[in-house]
Amino acid sequence: MPIQVLMPALSPTMEKGNLAKWLKKEGETIKSGDVIAEIETDKATMEVEATDEGTLGKILIPEGTADVAVNTPIATILADGESAADLAKAPAAPAPPKAEAAPAEAKAEAPAPKPAAAPAAPAAVAPLDPEVPEGTEMVTQTIREALRDAMAEEMRRDQDVFIMGEEVAEYQGAYKVTQGLLQEFGARRVIDTPITEHGFAGVGIGAAMAGLKPIVEFMTWNFAMQAMDQIINSAGKTLYMSGGQMGCSIVFRGPNGAAARVAAQHSQDYAAWYSQIPGLKVIAPYSAADYKGLLKAAIRDPNPVIFLENEVLYGHTGEVPKLADFIVPIGKAKIARPGKDVTIVSWAMGMSYALKAAEELAKEGIEAEVVDLRTIRPMDTETIINSVKKTGRAVTVEEGWQQSGVGAEVAARIMEQAFDYLDAPVARVSGKDVPMPYAANLEKLALPSVAEVVAAAKAVSYR
Amino acid sequence: MAAPKKTVAKESGQEKAGSPPELSNEQELKALRDMLLIRRFEEKAGQLYGMGAIGGFCHLYIGQEAVVVGMQMALKLGDQVITGYRDHGHMLACGMEAKGVMAELTGRRGGYSKGKGGSMHMFSLEKHFYGGHGIVGAQVSLGTGLAFANRYRGNDSVSVTYFGDGAANQGQVYESFNMAELWKLPVIYVIENNRYAMGTSVSRASAQQDFSKRGASFNIPGKQVDGMDVRAVKAAADEAVAWCRGGNGPIILEMQTYRYRGHSMSDPAKYRTREEVEKVRHDQDPIEQVRNRLLAAGSSEQDLKAIDAEVREIVNESADFAQHDPEPDPSELYTDVYR
Repeated sequence: MPIQVLMPALSPTMEKGNLAKWLKKEGETIKSGDVIAEIETDKATMEVEATDEGTLGKILIPEGTADVAVNTPIATILADGESAADLAKAPAAPAPPKAEAAPAEAKAEAPAPKPAAAPAAPAAVAPLDPEVPEGTEMVTQTIREALRDAMAEEMRRDQDVFIMGEEVAEYQGAYKVTQGLLQEFGARRVIDTPITEHGFAGVGIGAAMAGLKPIVEFMTWNFAMQAMDQIINSAGKTLYMSGGQMGCSIVFRGPNGAAARVAAQHSQDYAAWYSQIPGLKVIAPYSAADYKGLLKAAIRDPNPVIFLENEVLYGHTGEVPKLADFIVPIGKAKIARPGKDVTIVSWAMGMSYALKAAEELAKEGIEAEVVDLRTIRPMDTETIINSVKKTGRAVTVEEGWQQSGVGAEVAARIMEQAFDYLDAPVARVSGKDVPMPYAANLEKLALPSVAEVVAAAKAVSYR
Repeated sequence: MAAPKKTVAKESGQEKAGSPPELSNEQELKALRDMLLIRRFEEKAGQLYGMGAIGGFCHLYIGQEAVVVGMQMALKLGDQVITGYRDHGHMLACGMEAKGVMAELTGRRGGYSKGKGGSMHMFSLEKHFYGGHGIVGAQVSLGTGLAFANRYRGNDSVSVTYFGDGAANQGQVYESFNMAELWKLPVIYVIENNRYAMGTSVSRASAQQDFSKRGASFNIPGKQVDGMDVRAVKAAADEAVAWCRGGNGPIILEMQTYRYRGHSMSDPAKYRTREEVEKVRHDQDPIEQVRNRLLAAGSSEQDLKAIDAEVREIVNESADFAQHDPEPDPSELYTDVYR
């Protein structure tokens, strides 16, 4: 039976890619290891090697095709003795992978069998966004591009802004967030560092103490634990310890939280960790527009800012206002979806569960109001409290752990400031209290789900 | 980028034997005055600590005065200084006022950090003193960052980054060495080897006890210097500053020095003998060395006493101010967290 060649994945979070080029023609003989095609994403290019021998039977996806989903059959290989006539026997495209058998109660809750790491692109938020004047023209951008543009705009504006980190320059960014910056700004301002997080965080902070405005990229926040002393003790506390004399205008940024299938040491949410520190600001956006507007605000801020991104979201597109200088203020939450029955407070990746849950709830007549915190510290308590006073019920959603988590903080503030308005205890949906497992099914169980958010919203609504 | 020839490193062995270049009479007098100021200041701080006027940790610099005074003699306006928590001497050498330093030790509003930093955390942008850092070794990456800023701005300022033999074993020191040499940053790493990291002697903590060689695997030249002789320090500092200003990258100066007092005020002093301390005091005291040279060169006891009196007055005034200046206003609790 003919063998199918499937669209491969370049990375754990890749969902689709472009078929750039076919290097073999139909009818050509193929040996195992031959490069048969080139595929690319906005991050990288990869050669597809044949793993089977035979003749290239049929090319199913022509070269130049964009957005080919991972696992789509792209060609067939005929084994010895097979002919084009056998092509009809090729199996149909495989069904999307199903969630593995899960414990019964979790299974009952499980929503559509979509992988947890592939939420829908953020909905356009412009109409609800107070930072965007009505009638503003919007451009569709990936979050990766929005971040790159934010940095490029600020580097054009201020000569003291520079970026340093591992692979930010010649490699164009480990996740291609700094693409093109080296070409525009040169090696003086776009600086590849050795793999030395503790050291380059300290060097960046020292440069900031001398008045420069560094952007320090961590390849992921997991690696920044090696730099934590410098971030907290040197960046976070110097202004206070110097009686206001010497501050530190610096942005630490990079992907945070769970990516996909990278297990415990590479999948951790640091929002709660850094948000405990007076002296640091902590930002965790969700929409493309917020990514851009908040990164620009962070670079201009005279304080040390922790900017938590999400690898899974990098390739997602959203509407970004086409304004010469689009800034989203730090410390302001936004109502991402208005509603009257229950408040769902979330931020960053948690928003993907929250927004989908709100849609599900709407089908059952429950109008959820979704608050996107955007900034974790300073926290916009007022927006949360005003919403809870209206709805009387609240659910928090985060990928991080529950104990001492951001959701716990939100719940405490609601208890302190809106206790009399609550009709039910605040519910928390979070990552499970375990290190992140590798197995696909366990990973899915460890993360929050839309079903859990729906269930929590119903529970606080006594429905 | 080809590494320039390490002429400084080559010379180091040869120079060790001979006596250092003489200072002018004026320089000797200034060195005496600046070292005396530090010593008297520290003695007073020790007294105030004993009286309970200074809280927490208090690390005295007595014995090591020649290091900062000699280094400072080679610097010019714009050069930055950064160090760890044994920082009072560095601040006074940088020209920060004794009153402001002492008032910070007592936690008063007139202190350099308005009373919020304490002994280990003081700064002066005006004097280019970047702290005052409480975490052992952290200042080494930060000082490398100051040098990075100099390089970025294309000025010829040099970052003088002090740390001790204890901090020299921290990992980030070597991360910083690597980047400093890789990017040819103008930083002088001054390792103040006072022989004890808290209570642990160098021989018990360090596989390589020649700290001037600690940059060898990064091709950073280094030199061992008699840190008790202000002339030797000044001469080494001159060379090192020229090396950095010349765009040659970092350099290490190991200052062989000694602290007479404990690691901090609460030190059991069981890790070394009283005789060891007395011997260094008697044979190598940095202040006595200068005083003896000045007397031999014709200064009168009277002249030197006048310097002592001037210094004592500054110190007494600072102690008086530090005890009478009010504590910070309670409203200061919430200021300076952000700006």
